[in-house]
Amino acid sequence: MIFKASKLTAAPYILWVMIFIIVPMALIAVFAFTTTVKVDGEGNILSAEEISVMEEELAVYNEENGTEEELELDERTIFTLDNIIKVNDYLPVLFKSLWLAAIATVICLVIAYPMSFAISRVNANRQKVMIMLVMLPMWMNFLLRTYAWMTLLEKNGWINKLLSFFNIGPFQMINTQGAVVLGMVYNYLPFMILPLYSIMVKIHDTTLEASSDLGANVFQTFSRVILPLSMPGIASGITMVFVPAISTFIISRMLGGGTNLLIGDLIDLQFLGNAYNPNLGAAISLVLMAFILLCMSITNQLDNEDNIEGVLL
Amino acid sequence: MENKNKIIELKNITKQFGGDMVLDHISLDIHDKEFLTLLGPSGCGKTTTLRIIGGFTNPDSGDVMFNGKRINDVPPHKRELNTIFQKYALFPHLNVFDNIAFGLRVAKTPKKEIERRVMEMIDIVELEGFEKRNVERLSGGQQQRVAIARALVNNPKVLLLDEPLGALDLKLRKDMQIELKKIQRRMSITFVYVTHDQEEALTMSDTVVVMNEGKIQQIGTPQDIYNEPVNAFVANFIGESNILPGIMHRDYFVEFAGSNFDCLDKGFGEMEEVDVVVRPEDIELSEATADTLNGIVETITFKGVHYEMIIRVGTDIWLVHSTKSAKVGEIVAMNIAPDCIHVMKKSAMPKINRYTLNEEGENNLAEGAVNDL
Repeated sequence: MIFKASKLTAAPYILWVMIFIIVPMALIAVFAFTTTVKVDGEGNILSAEEISVMEEELAVYNEENGTEEELELDERTIFTLDNIIKVNDYLPVLFKSLWLAAIATVICLVIAYPMSFAISRVNANRQKVMIMLVMLPMWMNFLLRTYAWMTLLEKNGWINKLLSFFNIGPFQMINTQGAVVLGMVYNYLPFMILPLYSIMVKIHDTTLEASSDLGANVFQTFSRVILPLSMPGIASGITMVFVPAISTFIISRMLGGGTNLLIGDLIDLQFLGNAYNPNLGAAISLVLMAFILLCMSITNQLDNEDNIEGVLL
Repeated sequence: MENKNKIIELKNITKQFGGDMVLDHISLDIHDKEFLTLLGPSGCGKTTTLRIIGGFTNPDSGDVMFNGKRINDVPPHKRELNTIFQKYALFPHLNVFDNIAFGLRVAKTPKKEIERRVMEMIDIVELEGFEKRNVERLSGGQQQRVAIARALVNNPKVLLLDEPLGALDLKLRKDMQIELKKIQRRMSITFVYVTHDQEEALTMSDTVVVMNEGKIQQIGTPQDIYNEPVNAFVANFIGESNILPGIMHRDYFVEFAGSNFDCLDKGFGEMEEVDVVVRPEDIELSEATADTLNGIVETITFKGVHYEMIIRVGTDIWLVHSTKSAKVGEIVAMNIAPDCIHVMKKSAMPKINRYTLNEEGENNLAEGAVNDL
């Protein structure tokens, strides 16, 4: 009975997962491996040349008879690997996205790690205040925050103005890869701090004192106690920064200009832009997903290796 | 104890936390190979004292000496002592073996030697077969043993123990008391033990240091502390006792509770006001006569080995432990032998009334006056 009841209570969740996760994923896969083609009356697939020939013929016919007939052809969806193969052309963009997201993730980790540790060591009330300060920028709209960076980084922006007082610059800051990475670090830093903090706050002071008591200096305490104990936080922090960073398109568009397109921009263009081609967009998404899963499995391995030694947090 | 070398000396240590005087000019010598217990109620400064010895807290003033050398500025990892923390503070990411091996690995001990010494310790604390077990899946008692092994494997000269048995149940605590004492004798090292449990302190220690409000009240053997408490606080904290105001007429003669008694104490001023301590178990009951100190039995409770009685003498309330039974309302005589009367200088502390009468005339234990035994 209990078993049945628990099955029943899981039903809404399963339904949710089906509608909002499984079905969309399946649709992406379907789109990625199909394309829409035009066929003639007998069901033969028409090539682009054949269609343009037909269009020309129709134009001539229209001109002769003074009519305004349009070419009407049936459409059919067929299986194809063309989309996936076409992703090949965009691999450099994909790798650039991976590279920039990786840099941003590493910078986030380097900034967030000591910061989270420091926050986790102060008294509980101060911790609350500091965590709120970390989250404070997130209360402001993501777009506004990125716009703010644009005005700071512009050629005639605040930073260059300030530097001109000292006769330095102006520097080209906006529309560079550096600006894109900066935007990623700025926007996703809280997502690194929070998981790290929530793991580190569980490391008791006495555990560190015990390490010191047993003869470990500061570095040994870090490498033998703090680092292994915070590994789960590092793994989830990396995931939470890397995944949104690799697929962002707002940051790269606003801070990277037209020249620093990322894979997210490409996908966006296939659905909403001039290059309208949902099939290709789905294919790129699918490949991106594969790369993300690969990266995540490597990150989780980091965590798992310690699990073998006994990290169970 | 006088002939033995001092291994740790605390000289005039003071420590304040946020304006509160936690340690008020503490001086203490700890001798080699002794089992010394810092005993006192919570907030008395005993844990702070231990943390100062361990190097986790710096004193505001005063010196900490180790083997004659000042170690105030030596960080914990360079001190030749190890600590067993209140909640063990085991490393949750390491198994039993790796927890115990931690100190040796940090010291870059050869692998073979680590293996040998850790297994030796595992044998001593009887954890064979648990080497690969995650420490979080051990019982409290087992975690305790890991903590002991983890500290002792480093061959410290001094082991600091901060209420190590506090989290264990009564039966296990008793077993571990004996175990710890055995280990201390076997390894022949100095133990500095912090507890608020006076029974634990009396059972295990060579020397007991009773502390209260940041001051050392008395240092002595368990027998000294129990039999000759220097003031009302110590008397009250070390077991239950009757503390009464009295007047020392002359050497070996004291007046209290409206009667005169012979005693073994001397060296007080003539007609000096004093506190008199009489242990409940030192009062012998007999038939009341005109010449005896008589009282009315207010309550009687069976405690197994003895009866616990509250007996009223005039306005004073006495606690008596007796193997003899009596009826409530019965008038009995209380006989106190001269060696059972402990006369102490009046302490500056307010008089502690252990028992009060409520409106209905029933006896209630005064709040906060009873020590958890």
